[in-house]
Amino acid sequence: MTELEAGGAERLAPVRNGTALHRYRDVLIALIAFAVLASLPLLTGSKALLDFVIRCSAYGLFATSLNLLVGYTGLTSFGHGMFFGLGAYSYGLIMQKLGVPIPVAFVATLVITAAVAAVIGAICVRLKEIYFAFVTLAFQMLIHSTILSWASFTGGDQGLRGGIPRPVFLGIDLANHVHLYVASCALLILGLLAMHQIAQSPFGYTLRMIRDNAARASFLGIDVWRAKLTVFVLAALFAAMGGMVMALFVSGAYPEFAYWTISGEGIFINMLGGVSTFLGPMVGTVLLLLLNDTVTRFTEYHGIVLGIVILFFALGLRKGLLDFVAEWYAHRRDAGEGR
Amino acid sequence: MLEIRNLTKSFGGVKATNDVTLDFPDGSLTAVIGPNGAGKSTFFNLITGALRPASGQVLLDGVDLAGRSPPEIVRHGIGRAFQVANIFKSLTVQETMLAAVSADQRSSAVLHKRFPLAETRDRAEHVMELLGLSGKRHRTAATLSHGDQKLLDIALALVLEPKVLLLDEPTAGMGPEERWRMIDKVRELWETQKITVVFIEHDMDIVFKIAPKIVVLCYGQILATGTPDEIRNNSAVIDAYLGTEHAGAVA
Repeated sequence: MTELEAGGAERLAPVRNGTALHRYRDVLIALIAFAVLASLPLLTGSKALLDFVIRCSAYGLFATSLNLLVGYTGLTSFGHGMFFGLGAYSYGLIMQKLGVPIPVAFVATLVITAAVAAVIGAICVRLKEIYFAFVTLAFQMLIHSTILSWASFTGGDQGLRGGIPRPVFLGIDLANHVHLYVASCALLILGLLAMHQIAQSPFGYTLRMIRDNAARASFLGIDVWRAKLTVFVLAALFAAMGGMVMALFVSGAYPEFAYWTISGEGIFINMLGGVSTFLGPMVGTVLLLLLNDTVTRFTEYHGIVLGIVILFFALGLRKGLLDFVAEWYAHRRDAGEGR
Repeated sequence: MLEIRNLTKSFGGVKATNDVTLDFPDGSLTAVIGPNGAGKSTFFNLITGALRPASGQVLLDGVDLAGRSPPEIVRHGIGRAFQVANIFKSLTVQETMLAAVSADQRSSAVLHKRFPLAETRDRAEHVMELLGLSGKRHRTAATLSHGDQKLLDIALALVLEPKVLLLDEPTAGMGPEERWRMIDKVRELWETQKITVVFIEHDMDIVFKIAPKIVVLCYGQILATGTPDEIRNNSAVIDAYLGTEHAGAVA
């Protein structure tokens, strides 16, 4: 007993001054990751590779934000893609109709998304599991059909055509492919850094408690409804960021961005990468986009191949790729301590 | 002091709690016993806000808490552990404690700082020490033994620093040896923490050995209250409850 306690105390000691350290470590890792990504154009002239990373940024922000709901809070949303679409359309429309500087449109889009997500969330987060999933899906379809039918404003099934203007700001020219690439990487890294902070904050642990046992959490004095609504809105903001990166990339916005299949892809990505680690969805994003790109090159039946891969992960492995790595690592660490 | 005044609750036509009036003085240790369906858990549910009483009062230091929500009642100082360990299965023991203290200090919505907050450490540490869970602090709750999960559940109630601690069958589902260890722990907590403890227990040997005061419930009503000796010799209690069951337990 005393031995055990001593061991525990020893391990606690570094943690005691470690919370500030953890954050600096995160920032450091983020800076290194950004430096590596940003130096990629110097090493390769491959436009396709840079395009791939930009798409990974858009989908990665979206999928990681979905994991805040699914993995951390236990809220399985089938309509999270609506905020991806909302981000793309809001940004595109503001730039096309108002011609404001890009950062203004960016912030305005986040404000609009927060307002919409607050209203939809207020209705949805009271609902239990499957009803929550259904109603979020219903809202997604509502937004999608609004985009289709309000053709005079949104371009209907043609989407926002004619390109989204990209005026130069602060010396950044997003019409330049390398500038766009570096900006996408920066948004991805900043978004991941912010979401990791959320996941590791006291609020992040409140979310875990709600996922595990919401009734007991309320017995501890936690306002479960308010916490769920907060994370719903926060996750929507990062999904909208992903949508904006996408709109910047294709210089347009299309109804598919707001279709339910985007939500489905988000769920697939989370299943592929795993929801028990923070970076699982990021790994899943790379996997899904790689699969998409390679499989479509070889066969026109790429849907079948993707379906089989997803079934393999869902039924065969019952967890995502990074879940395995995390488990293997934990197993090794425990074995090491046992000695 | 916790005072229960004329507490009543019915389900359909059955009075699960029928006009119960009881006093639990500060620092007292009381066992609640009674046959299955006597309304013991309902009694706890009414006090902690899990159920709304039809009528009556739950006075803690003169403040009526009857009908208020569970979080409100917790904040007023009535803590509760559950019959089936009610914990957060994917959190470690230490995370559970720290997160509970965060909730109690109203910092559970803090976004800009890292978990755990420095000011939550001492209380979490203290309660883990108290319940002998310090050595298992890095264990995930789901991997703990049944007994340790029950201790963690009690720790969750205790870390909120309640004035009154309600324990719903702390020894449920335990083997004989583990039972005694648990109940010794309960008694130790009561003695060192100077809080009011009320516990539900089925094992009569345990009840008669450690509880200075016993309340017997039957069909939602108080059948008798008193010291172990008074209860043992109470004819109504023997007829309704002890006569057969306790004789059987002794044999």
